[in-house]
Amino acid sequence: MRVLNRIGLVLGLLATSVMAHAGPALDGIQEKQATNWHAIIMFCLFVALTMGITYWAAGRTKSTSDFYTAGGGITGFQNGLAIAGDYMSAATLLGLSAMVYGQGYDGYIYMLAFFAGWPIILFLMAERLRNLGRFTFSDITAYRLDQGSVRTMAAISSLTVVCFYLLAQMVGAGQLIKLLFGLEYKIAIFSVGILMMIYVIFGGMVATTWVQIIKACMLLIGGTLVAILAMSRFGFSYSNVVQQATAVHKLGPKLMYPGSLLADPVTAISLGLGLMFGTAGLPHILMRFFTVTNAKEARKSVLYASGFVSYFFNVIFLLGLTGIIIVGQNGSFFEGGKIGGKLIGGGNMVAMHLAKAVGGNLLLGFLAAVAFATILAVVSGLALAGASAISHDLYARVIMKGKASETTEIKVSRIAVICLGFIAIILGILFEKQNIAFMVGLAFGVAAAANFPVLILSMYWKGLTTRGALWGGYGGLLSAVVFVVLSKSVWVDVIGRKAALFPYGQPAIFAMPIAFLLAYIFSKIDGSERAKQEIEAFEDQYVRGQTGFGAAGATTKH
Amino acid sequence: MSSEMYEHMRNNPKFIKLVAKRGRFAWTLAFIVLGMFYGFVLLVAFKPALLGRPIYQGSMVTIGVAFELFMFIFFWLLTAYYVRKANGEFDELTADLIKDAWKENK
Repeated sequence: MRVLNRIGLVLGLLATSVMAHAGPALDGIQEKQATNWHAIIMFCLFVALTMGITYWAAGRTKSTSDFYTAGGGITGFQNGLAIAGDYMSAATLLGLSAMVYGQGYDGYIYMLAFFAGWPIILFLMAERLRNLGRFTFSDITAYRLDQGSVRTMAAISSLTVVCFYLLAQMVGAGQLIKLLFGLEYKIAIFSVGILMMIYVIFGGMVATTWVQIIKACMLLIGGTLVAILAMSRFGFSYSNVVQQATAVHKLGPKLMYPGSLLADPVTAISLGLGLMFGTAGLPHILMRFFTVTNAKEARKSVLYASGFVSYFFNVIFLLGLTGIIIVGQNGSFFEGGKIGGKLIGGGNMVAMHLAKAVGGNLLLGFLAAVAFATILAVVSGLALAGASAISHDLYARVIMKGKASETTEIKVSRIAVICLGFIAIILGILFEKQNIAFMVGLAFGVAAAANFPVLILSMYWKGLTTRGALWGGYGGLLSAVVFVVLSKSVWVDVIGRKAALFPYGQPAIFAMPIAFLLAYIFSKIDGSERAKQEIEAFEDQYVRGQTGFGAAGATTKH
Repeated sequence: MSSEMYEHMRNNPKFIKLVAKRGRFAWTLAFIVLGMFYGFVLLVAFKPALLGRPIYQGSMVTIGVAFELFMFIFFWLLTAYYVRKANGEFDELTADLIKDAWKENK
């Protein structure tokens, strides 16, 4: 009851503060990097709530199925929110609004590329994913192929994706929290790492899902609130916003043109491919297809998820555009008060400054808490996906050859979570000063070039054999990594060489065909007895993939 | 036993009908999305000026923004259409198919 009262109080305060700050008046006083109590209190409320949920979830996490997939008892709507939550990281909110702020229309193009993968996943993959898999997507690639080697390959590429994504999130989290909460970088990294471990170890997928759901709701509400308040200054007219934004932005009318970001066709197409098919190869997203009761709910969850994602991207577009006028023309958000100079806290802070400008410190605090919660939820999902690759694929299937007991398998995955957590903390601290912009790109690149081709071929192409899958998977993984390392973002920006050896920042357009080609060639020339059996086994897999007969069902309800 | 069930289903003409119907439907939708999306990407790459033009003289809304917003909504409506059909018509066909296979298995 006391908690409820407190929430009521906070909401009341939020409402009054919002009204008080709805006018255009802005206070020029900056509390830069001072400890932000609004944010900390709201974040503590979030942690208290999610800890309560973790405690409740811990009591329900008994079997491996509970741990990896919440017993398959999540509804389509809940899962849709959770997928949207997994997909909308803090980088999405801050990075994309900053991109619109800086580049205008280019940011909106990026968002469409991020979104367009969803319908494709639903039309071509969701059905078979749900009908063939149980805990991880390797269940599908290894369905009729050699368990040991194919699962090892899938686990390695999953872990590569998870590690890069995790590291990008951790470094981002440390910097963001340092800035927003006024906490030390190391303290921020440790608190993210340890909270994540608690959620995943005790609450498994049940807790991870609920953390994700709560955070998705907070993010949707917070973003919408800022957008409404910002738009109210322009009489809710998109034309007014664009008119004023193009008038003040340094790009002028070019603001609404596709610009420098996608200057050459190869980059544009490669980015489109990478984002679209990378989404379809992210292990923590694919895992979400197994948390629902049946294929019906799996389809519904994609419908809800893509609805939320597409709505939120349009909100972010408005945040970026209104930010150009509200934040970009206000000296108090720039270092030294110089309009057009460097934004306080760096370029990614547009959404945060906007929240402060339209809703005062309380709204800033709320959005900061949302950003922290977002990071926490995303790293939890990633850690769980990584742990399942270790415990379910490598330990239970490869090392123990399916003879591990459920209790030891869960124990192994909990140990894996602890290891991943500490690796993330240590790397997060080591990489504090590094340019990590390439890591998310690399994660998507590997997902698109290593995970996706083998996964889609194993579902659709009868002729895929173990040898082909291994060549395709490892070939895609290696080429994606090599292309990124040789590109400007690593070769020049990180290693410090003069010129990049690979001219494009996006590897997908080159790495994906390599993976498909290798998988095709080595399947075709594989004349072994095993290959023949694997091709024959496609028939049964095909029927199960189409009908769902024999697929894993829900074991418990939540 | 599973394998026999799959055998029954595979030989049922309803299975062939289901697979053909759903496959055609899913691929059609996928081609619409892929065609529009990559068509748009090609416009971005080769005809950026076109996308920056207003939808009519004096409007602040550019062709690029209008087309993208349309795609955001239209793609989502396509997913809704797919879910509706798959959860209704196709799932009924599938349930029917499994029932037939059980009968044959007895």
